[in-house]
Amino acid sequence: MWDSLLLADMPLFPPTASVQAHQIDLLYFFLVAVTAVMTALIFAGVVFFAFKYHRTRNPRATQIEGSTKLELTWSILPFLVMLVMFWWGADLFFANAQPPKDAMEIFVTGKQWMWKIQYPDGGREINELHVPVGQPVKLTMASEDVIHSFYIPAFRVKHDVVPGHYDTLWFTPTKPGRYHLFCTEYCGTLHAGMIGWVDVLSRRDYDAWQSGGAGGRQGTLAELGQQQYEQHGCSTCHLLDQQGRCPNLRGLYKKPVLLADGRTVIADDAYIRESILDPNAKIVAGFEPGLMPVFKGQISEEGVIQIIAFIKSLAPAVPASQQGSQQPPIVLAPPGPGAASTSSSNASRTPVNSQRQ
Amino acid sequence: MATIAHETPRTATPVNYLNVEHGWKSWLFTTDHKRIAVLYLVSITIMFAVGGFAAVLFRINLLTPEGLFSPEMYNRLFSLHGIIMVFFFLVPSIPATLANFLIPIMVGAKDLAFPRINLLSWYLYVIGALFAMYCVFRGGVDTGWTFYAPYSSTYSNSYVVPAVAGVFVAGFSSILTGLNFIVTVHKMRAPGMTWSRLPLFVWSNYATGLIQVLGTPVLAISLTLIALERVAHVGIFDPNIGGDPILFQHLFWFYSHPAVYIMILPGMGVISEIVSCFSRKRVFGYNFVAFSSMAIAVLSFVVWGHHMFVTGQSVYTSVAFSILSFMVAVPSAIKVFNWTATMYKGSVSFDTPMLYAFGFIGLFTIGGLTGLFLACLALDVPVHGTYFIVAHFHYVMVGGMVMAYMGGLHFWWPKMTGRMYPQVWSQISAAIIFVGFNLTFFPQFILGYLGMPRRYHAYPPEFQMLNVLSTAGSSILAVGYVIPLIYFLWSLKNGPIAGKNPWGAAGLEWQIQSPPTTYNFDDTPVVNEEAYNYGPVEEVVG
Amino acid sequence: MAETVVPVTHEPTPEETHLRHHFATPEQQMDAATLGMWTFLITEVLFFGGMFAGYAVYRGMYPDAFASTSRYMNLVLGGTNTAVLICSSLTMALSVRAAQLSKRRDLILFLILTMIFGTIFLVIKGFEYHDKWVEQLVPGFNFRYDEAIQYAHNAQILFFLYFAMTGMHALHMVVGLGLLTFLLVQANRRVFHANYFAPVEMIGLYWHFVDIVWIFLFPLLYLIGQNR
Repeated sequence: MWDSLLLADMPLFPPTASVQAHQIDLLYFFLVAVTAVMTALIFAGVVFFAFKYHRTRNPRATQIEGSTKLELTWSILPFLVMLVMFWWGADLFFANAQPPKDAMEIFVTGKQWMWKIQYPDGGREINELHVPVGQPVKLTMASEDVIHSFYIPAFRVKHDVVPGHYDTLWFTPTKPGRYHLFCTEYCGTLHAGMIGWVDVLSRRDYDAWQSGGAGGRQGTLAELGQQQYEQHGCSTCHLLDQQGRCPNLRGLYKKPVLLADGRTVIADDAYIRESILDPNAKIVAGFEPGLMPVFKGQISEEGVIQIIAFIKSLAPAVPASQQGSQQPPIVLAPPGPGAASTSSSNASRTPVNSQRQ
Repeated sequence: MATIAHETPRTATPVNYLNVEHGWKSWLFTTDHKRIAVLYLVSITIMFAVGGFAAVLFRINLLTPEGLFSPEMYNRLFSLHGIIMVFFFLVPSIPATLANFLIPIMVGAKDLAFPRINLLSWYLYVIGALFAMYCVFRGGVDTGWTFYAPYSSTYSNSYVVPAVAGVFVAGFSSILTGLNFIVTVHKMRAPGMTWSRLPLFVWSNYATGLIQVLGTPVLAISLTLIALERVAHVGIFDPNIGGDPILFQHLFWFYSHPAVYIMILPGMGVISEIVSCFSRKRVFGYNFVAFSSMAIAVLSFVVWGHHMFVTGQSVYTSVAFSILSFMVAVPSAIKVFNWTATMYKGSVSFDTPMLYAFGFIGLFTIGGLTGLFLACLALDVPVHGTYFIVAHFHYVMVGGMVMAYMGGLHFWWPKMTGRMYPQVWSQISAAIIFVGFNLTFFPQFILGYLGMPRRYHAYPPEFQMLNVLSTAGSSILAVGYVIPLIYFLWSLKNGPIAGKNPWGAAGLEWQIQSPPTTYNFDDTPVVNEEAYNYGPVEEVVG
Repeated sequence: MAETVVPVTHEPTPEETHLRHHFATPEQQMDAATLGMWTFLITEVLFFGGMFAGYAVYRGMYPDAFASTSRYMNLVLGGTNTAVLICSSLTMALSVRAAQLSKRRDLILFLILTMIFGTIFLVIKGFEYHDKWVEQLVPGFNFRYDEAIQYAHNAQILFFLYFAMTGMHALHMVVGLGLLTFLLVQANRRVFHANYFAPVEMIGLYWHFVDIVWIFLFPLLYLIGQNR
C-alpha cells in the first residue's frame, strides 16, 4: 500500500487530451496568474506594513479617514479583470454547449454504481469507453436512479446525469491514451466505485477495435431496438406500414407533432423516451389517453435507447404521389372521424385515409 | 508586544455576570445575553469537536487509495462532518457567541431586544443537536450535507429524517438569533449612537442577521419537503411522477449560498475590530466597509445558480448567475484592501488576535480568488464536484471564518472572562494552525484540477501522495485547535486578571469592567464620537 | 352592557406597561416588538414561499393536469373556510381594538369568537381531508386518478402540494389557537389595557398573516380549472 509513495511520478497536472482541455487550461492559467499576483500583492502589503509600521518603529499612528478615489480604483480595476474572466469563461462555455452536427453518438446509462455504454453498432461496455482520436463524440446520457455526473478530467468535460430526462456531453479527443472516467455527483455507497476508463485510439486502432467485436454484439443498436419493439408488443398498435390505432412511427424522428392540447413538439430523443416511459404525459392530437401501457419499470433506460435507435432508423415511406398506390404518407393527423383539426396553425399536417384499423 | 493592564489584586472580585448568581438554574433559565453567549460557546465547541473528529477519521481513511474503512462508514463520516460544521458550528459560531455577547454592549444597550427569545434560540440549537446526535447513534446519514434528491428522498437507507429535523430546528434557532440582532440594532442604540458610529462588527452581524432571516426559511421548507417525500414515498422531486430533482437544488441553494455569507460576514466584522485595535487606527474607508457588508448580503441572494452550472440548466441562466457571482466578489475585495490600508501608517503590534487577522487576510484572499474560478463558467465545469471546491470552501470557511473566530475569542476573552491567557502559547498555536491548515488544504487544489472527485472513500493510486500530505496537515491542524482549548480553560482559574481594557482598544465594550455586570452599563452611555476614535483624523487621502 | 373606559389620568408606571428592564421607554418596547413580529412574518412568507415556488414551477409545466384537479376540490367547504377565516380576522382586529380601549369584556368576547372561527376552519379542513382519503387522492397512501389517467402522475404532484401547503397552514392555525388561548387566559387575568396590549396586537398580526396565506392558497388550489 505504501509502494506508490516511493514513486517519483506524483502527477500535479492532469493530461490535456481534448480540444476543450487546451482551451480551458489557457483560461485556468490566466486565473492562476491573477490569483498568484493578487495574493502576492496582499501578502506583500500586509507584511510590509506590519513591519514598517510596527509599534517599535512607529509608536504613533496617523489617523486616516479613507479615500474615495482609492476605493473606486480598487473596486473598478479588479471588476474589469473579472469581466475579462467572465467573458472568456462564458464565451468558451457557449461555444462548447452544443455538439457539432457530425459528432459520433454514443449512449451512456448511469446507475448505481456503474456506467453502461452503448454504441450505435450494438457494442456494449461497462465503465469503459472507446473513442477515436480527432473525432467529436456526443454522449447522450440517462440515469436509472439518482443523479450521477459523467466526468473525464483529461478532457475537462463534465455533465450531471439527472433521472427523468436525457443529458448530453461532447468532446473531441486529441491524444491517444487511457484516461480516467469518474462519477462526480455523490450517488450512494459505491460512488467512488463508479469509475472507469476512456480509451482514445488512433483511427487505425479504433477501426481494429470495432471490427474485433468488442463487447459482445447481437446486432446494431437499431436491431436490438427492433427486438425490444417486437418483444414488448409495440407493433400491435404502432404498425409501420399501415395506420394503426396509434401514431405511426415511420419517419417520426425529429418531426413536429401536434398534441391534443394544441401544443406542437418535436419528436426528439427526449420525446420518444417520455412516450415510452410515461405515455400519458403527452397525447397526440386525435388519439385517446390511457391506451398505451406505461413501460416505466418494464423497459430500462438502455432498452429505451435501443428503441429510439430503431425508430431513428425507420425511413419515411415514399409519398403516395410518387407511388400511386395506398402507401400511407407520414401520419401526423388523427385517423378517424371526429378528428377535425383543432388547430389551423399546424401547416405540416397531411390528410390520411379516414379508416380506423 | 501587548501590555497587559493588571489590576491591583482586590480582596473580593467585583460582582459580574458570571458570579452574580450560581447554580444550574441560574444558567439554564438566564436571560442575560452574556450567559447565553457562554452557553452557546460551550455547545458549539462540543459540536466542533464532534465534526472535527469525523474529519480526522475520514482523512485517516484517505491515507491509502483503497480506503481503510468501509464506504458506508466513510459516507456517513463526511456527511456528519458537513452537517455539523455548517449547521451546528459555522452558522451559529460568531453570531451566537461573540455577537450575542457584544452587540448589546457595542450599541450601548442593557441586553438584546428579546432576551427570552435569545434563550429559546439556544434551547432550539441544543434540541437540533440532539436530533443530530440521535441520527449519529442510530447509524448516521449518508446523503452529504446537501441532501440532494432523489438520493436523499428515495434511495438512501440512512437516517435522513432525524438529520433534516435537527437541521430544521437549528435553522429556526439561527432565524431567531438574526431577528434579535436586527431589532436590537434598529431599536436599542444608545443616544448618539447613529448608524455611522456603529462598530463594523455590528454592521457585519446586522447584515448576517438579514441573511439568516430571509434565507433560512427556504432551507426549512426544502428539508421539510424531503422529509415528507421520505414518509409518503412520493413527492414533488420524484421524476417518476414528473417531479424535477433540480427543483430541490434550486430551493436548497437559495438558502445555502447566502448561508456561506452567514459563515463569513461575522468573521469579517471581527477582523475590522482587530485590525483597527492593533494598528491603533480607525478602519480605512469605514463607509465602504460598512456598505460592503450590506452589498454582500443583498448580492448573496442572487448567485445560487453557480452551484448548478453542470446540471443542464439553461446556458442563459448560467450566464446570469456567473456575472452576478463575479459581482459579489467585489465587496469582499474592498474589505481586504481596506484592512490592509488600515495598517498603513498605523502602529502595528503582533498580539495573538492580530496574528489571526493576518492569517485571515492571507487565506481569505486565496479562498476568495479561487472562488472566481468557480464563478467562471467554462472553468467551473472541470472543477465542480472535485477537491478544488473542497479546498476553496475550506480556505474561506476555515482559513477565513474559523481564523476570525479564534482571533475574536482571543481578542475578547479578557473581556468575557476577566482573565488573560498565556501569550506565547497562543502565538505558537496560531502559527501551528496556519501551517497545518495550508498543508491540509493546498494540496487539495491540485487534487481537484487533477480530477479527484469529492466524497470518494477510495481513489486512483497516483493521488495518494497529495492525500497523505493533506492528512498530515489535518493532524497538525487538530493539535493547533486543541492547544487553545487547554490554555483557555487553564486561564479561567489561573490566568492573570485582565482589566477593563488590556489591549487599549476603542469601543464601548472596553469602557466597562471585565467581566461586565449583568446589565452592562451603570448609566446609559451617550455616544458623541465615531467608532475607532484613536485620535483625530489627520489625513484624508484623496 | 357597554364597559366604561377608564380615562388615563397619570403617567403609566413601568409595572402597568410591563416595561422590561432593558428598554428605556414603553414606546421603545412596543417598537421593538412590532419590528420583531413583522420580521418573523417575513420569514414565514419565505417559508411558505418555497412551496409556492414549487407550485408555480409545476403548474407552469403541467397546466392541464393541475386544472383537472379542481373538480376534486370542494368549493363549498373551501369557500366557507375562506369566509370563516376572514370573519376571524375581523374579530381578531376587534379584539386588538378592545384591548387598546381597555374593554376587557369585549376583548374576551372577540378572542373567543376568533377561536371559534379558527376551530370551525380546522373542523371543515378535517372533513375535507377525510373526503380526500375516501376518494383515494392521498399521494403515497392511496392515490388513484382513473378518470383522467393521462394526468395521474402530475396531478399527484398537485395533491402532494395540496396536503403540504394546507397542512402547513393548518399547523400554523393550531399554533395560532394556542397563542389565542394564552391571550384569553391573560385577558381574563386583567393583564391587557390601554397601556399594555402588545401581545394582543402581535398575535393579531400573526393571525392576519395566517389568514392571508389561506387567501392565496384557496384560489391556487381550488380554483385552477374552474373557468372551464
